[in-house]
Amino acid sequence: MIGLWRKIRKTGRVAEPAPERADGEVVPRAAELGGSVQIRHVDAGSCNGCEVEIASAFGPVYDAERYGARLVASPRHADALLVTGPVTRNMEVALRRSHEAVPEPRLVVALGDCARDCGAFAGAYGVVGAVKDVVPVDVEVPGCPPPPEAIVEALRGLTGR
Amino acid sequence: MTGLIGAVSQVVLVAVGSPLLAGLMRQVRARLEGRAGAGVAQPWRDLRKLARKEPITPHGTGWVFRLAPLVLAGTVLVVAAVVPLVTTLSPMDGVADLFAVTALLALGSVALALGGLDTGTAFGGMGASREVTVMALVEPTILLSVFALSVRVGSTNLGAIVTSAVHDPLEVISPVSLLAAVALAVVTIAETGRIPVDNPSTHLELTMIHEAMILEYSGPDLALIEWASAMRLSVLLGLLASLFAPWGIATAGAGLAAVVLGMAALVIKVAALGVLLAAGEVFMAKLRLFRIPELLAGSFMLALLAVAASFFLA
Amino acid sequence: MNLTGTLFVAALGLCLAAAPAAVLTPRRARPLLAGAATTAAGLAGAAAGVTALSGQGWSARLDGVLPLAGVRLDLDPLGAMFVAVTGAVAVCAAVYGVAYARHGLDGRVAQATPPLFVASMLLVPAAASVSTLLVAWELMALTSLLLVLAEHRRRAAVGEAALWYAVMTHLGFAAILAGLAGFAALAGGETFEQLRAAGLPPGARDAVFLATLAGFASKAGIVPLHVWLARAHPEAPSQVSALMSAAMVNMGVYGILRVGLDLLHGGPAWWWLLVLGAGALSALFGILQAAVASDLKRLLGHSTTENMGLVLIGVGAAGFLASGGDSMLAALALAAALLHVVNHSAFKTLLFLAAGSVLHATGTRDLDALGGLRARMPCTTALFAVGALAASALPPGNGFVSEWLLLQSLIHALPTSGVAGAVTMPLAVGVIALSAGLAIATFVKAFGVGFLARPRTPGAERASESPPAMIGGMALAAASCVILALAPATVLPGLSRLAASLVPGSGHPPGPVPVSGEVTLRLTGYEGTISPLLIAVALAIAVIGLLGAVRLFASRRARRAARLWDCGAGPMSPRMEYTATSFAEPLQRVFDDVLEPESDLDVTPTKESAYLVESVRFRARIPDRIERRLYDPVLAAAGALGRAATGLANGSVHRYLAYGFYALTAVLVALAVIW
Repeated sequence: MIGLWRKIRKTGRVAEPAPERADGEVVPRAAELGGSVQIRHVDAGSCNGCEVEIASAFGPVYDAERYGARLVASPRHADALLVTGPVTRNMEVALRRSHEAVPEPRLVVALGDCARDCGAFAGAYGVVGAVKDVVPVDVEVPGCPPPPEAIVEALRGLTGR
Repeated sequence: MTGLIGAVSQVVLVAVGSPLLAGLMRQVRARLEGRAGAGVAQPWRDLRKLARKEPITPHGTGWVFRLAPLVLAGTVLVVAAVVPLVTTLSPMDGVADLFAVTALLALGSVALALGGLDTGTAFGGMGASREVTVMALVEPTILLSVFALSVRVGSTNLGAIVTSAVHDPLEVISPVSLLAAVALAVVTIAETGRIPVDNPSTHLELTMIHEAMILEYSGPDLALIEWASAMRLSVLLGLLASLFAPWGIATAGAGLAAVVLGMAALVIKVAALGVLLAAGEVFMAKLRLFRIPELLAGSFMLALLAVAASFFLA
Repeated sequence: MNLTGTLFVAALGLCLAAAPAAVLTPRRARPLLAGAATTAAGLAGAAAGVTALSGQGWSARLDGVLPLAGVRLDLDPLGAMFVAVTGAVAVCAAVYGVAYARHGLDGRVAQATPPLFVASMLLVPAAASVSTLLVAWELMALTSLLLVLAEHRRRAAVGEAALWYAVMTHLGFAAILAGLAGFAALAGGETFEQLRAAGLPPGARDAVFLATLAGFASKAGIVPLHVWLARAHPEAPSQVSALMSAAMVNMGVYGILRVGLDLLHGGPAWWWLLVLGAGALSALFGILQAAVASDLKRLLGHSTTENMGLVLIGVGAAGFLASGGDSMLAALALAAALLHVVNHSAFKTLLFLAAGSVLHATGTRDLDALGGLRARMPCTTALFAVGALAASALPPGNGFVSEWLLLQSLIHALPTSGVAGAVTMPLAVGVIALSAGLAIATFVKAFGVGFLARPRTPGAERASESPPAMIGGMALAAASCVILALAPATVLPGLSRLAASLVPGSGHPPGPVPVSGEVTLRLTGYEGTISPLLIAVALAIAVIGLLGAVRLFASRRARRAARLWDCGAGPMSPRMEYTATSFAEPLQRVFDDVLEPESDLDVTPTKESAYLVESVRFRARIPDRIERRLYDPVLAAAGALGRAATGLANGSVHRYLAYGFYALTAVLVALAVIW
């Protein structure tokens, strides 16, 4: 316990200072949320590369939570779906239902190239299409995988902070 | 009149301040983890947003599901009006004593457990089952601690217990008081679903207790539940503070200035306890569900010792 | 004859007239006639009890009715309270029974017996002599046994339950008979007045108390004499279960109070510590069994054991405190116990009647097979909720008030009751607290799993609401629960006076009542107040205020119905719902050492390979541990003895003649030696 305390003292703050927001604009539909965005992550068929980056975006260094974004356990609690990967056939219905389960106003963030336009998996036999072919998408984050900075930037576009 | 003002002010203070306490605790935790944190006001932002969102009634649920958040929040509000937080002169003091307060809080948990069961999902049932199990095991500790505290005063009315502690500050460091304080602290942690009994920020359904019951709630319903949970925590921390550190509380013959002082004292005490609790959680992991009874049995022994001490030292 | 007498005689007369009338009328009119007569009798009985409790006693002496001894009746306040409770329970059960009888219970015996059962339960507390009490007691046992057997053609379990009940109740009767007959012999008379006046040597007093305690405790379902209760109460038709569980078990408490406090004027502290201990054991064991039970009526039966245990904790504490000279606190404990008797009767009537409705709507009592009744049986669900709230001792339910009083009496006893009290009282508080906690778990399970969510079987799916008479019976019980919860002052003054006068050493006239107040209940001599009505009002204001606030400030968006969150898969079948068994599993694990659950797992591999599984069968059972340890060896020994004795009777007439000859010779020789 003392050891842990020393470690806490020695480590101090690891969160990087918040970068200035380039454009400062907010997704119009997210304005109503007023600085608080709960996110439900849906893996629609991702290779887990984006998941690793999401984990670091919410880790201590990038600390996406400081901008009012938070991952939650149930889509009922969520304001936004964070969808990764091309939508596979097995996940199509699940994604629709997850979207259906989110109370209005609801937003969808398509994270990564696969989610935007199927990326490397375009035309594969098990893939239905991009996220926007299944549910309406509000924000797209490019990259394969997108770096945590880009994820945080997109989330800040939702929270407006 | 002072009593009425005090009672109203403590309800308002609890209602407004509880989300801030939750925010403070999250902030402390974030800082200790090396994060920046979302700020103390974040829970209020969350509540404001949830209140604006669309409420959803899942298929197959009914009036129990709808009523549960209201009853949960209602019980906490009544408790906030009864317990001496700012003043011991609440006009509600004679209405409900410490037994009734614990029973009212239990009623809130029961409402939520039934709301969870009403959904008919596996997680709702699981959360409800675990919640009532923990509650059943917590009950003996609470009542025995109440017993220990009431012996010296000869009453279970909260106003009387706190007033006596104000008038005789040395009582606070008596073995009875200390043992009961530790027992009640464990109980508070269990009742409010904090680490090591439950992890309030978990995303793993299988480890959830409280969170599993509310997975189906959304919008204003969820806002009520989150708000009530925060209020529950601050009322219980405030009660701990009043029972074992009653300084600054407005007692008989006090004027309006004393009420203001009482409010300030309450804010400081509860904030300090909250910081302590949040900091403590950083050093601990959640217990396995079936280790929790051992923790609660330990607190029961402490409470029993407290009663024994109250008899043999009297 | 005064008003009390008139009412009481009218009640008895109606009951006794209803029985032959039910036998003679045609099947179609039978339930209505018997039900109406029993309702009227119940009303008259309740009214007689209330008038007697409020001071207008009545006594009668009918020398010609029973040979040798005659019948003596006396409605003093103690008896009157139990008469009133019985009458009230009878009203609810009779109204309910009118419609319930349609389900194959309109036979002659099934309709003629309930009025007699009610009559016997009105007579027991009114009896004023040993012989009257014993006759009424036996009548009560026989009529209830007949009623337990009412559905024996439909279910095999009924016969076994009735056998257990018959044996246990008659062993209990034998104990009471022995105790009271011995008491009467020593006292030189059998009327209660003579018994009261008798001065018995201490040893004889102990023997009388212990014998009658065993007998009465077995009627109240007190551990370890409870094994019949959880069998017989569920197997009886539901309105009979209500009568048994809400009125008949009270007679056990009545007996203990009558003999221990009234006839023997209290006793040494150890008597009452014994009572308290038995009560504590029953409270814990009963509620623990209820918490893990998945049969709704069995659960309610176990909960009866728990509540009788709580009552005996109060009675034991009262006797213990009175033996220490603290009559004010003793009266408080006793008042709490009496109030709990009344409360328990109210909510247990309601719960058993509601369970009967569920049984008849769905055809099952198994909670694991129920669910979804909220939409299909809205009235029954709401009424069961009222009963469950009361039974879990939460405000604003009526069970809370009596448990609060009980806790107050125990807490205030600590400083004055010596080391024995200092050890007992905290443990008793712990027991009450744990049983209250487990009761919450039990009734959350019963209500949440049984009535909410979605139906788990086609039987539950097809359920429909019960007929109006059944709902009426339940509504009456629910109304009394609500009145007792919000305005306990309607009955408390009478019960407090009774308690104050019953406590030994309280003197004449008795001291001040232990609890007073209209809206706010106030303890006399101790600081402690509670106001159930104001708690309920505050709660209602808070909930309505919040509802208004949500309407005012929160979302303008309309509420949307959506499918359950099934993680995107689905649809979720009812088999995925939590069942009563799974709900109780954590508790079962925690109390593993106490409950000793049994489970066996049969895995049948396929013919081709030992590693491929054809079928898996899992069976789990939670046996009654006390029954296993205490009764099974005795039963096994009796069986072994019986088998050994068959060797003596091999069918040869010569041998039987020889037995007769030897036995006669032995008797003659013995007589020759003794005389």
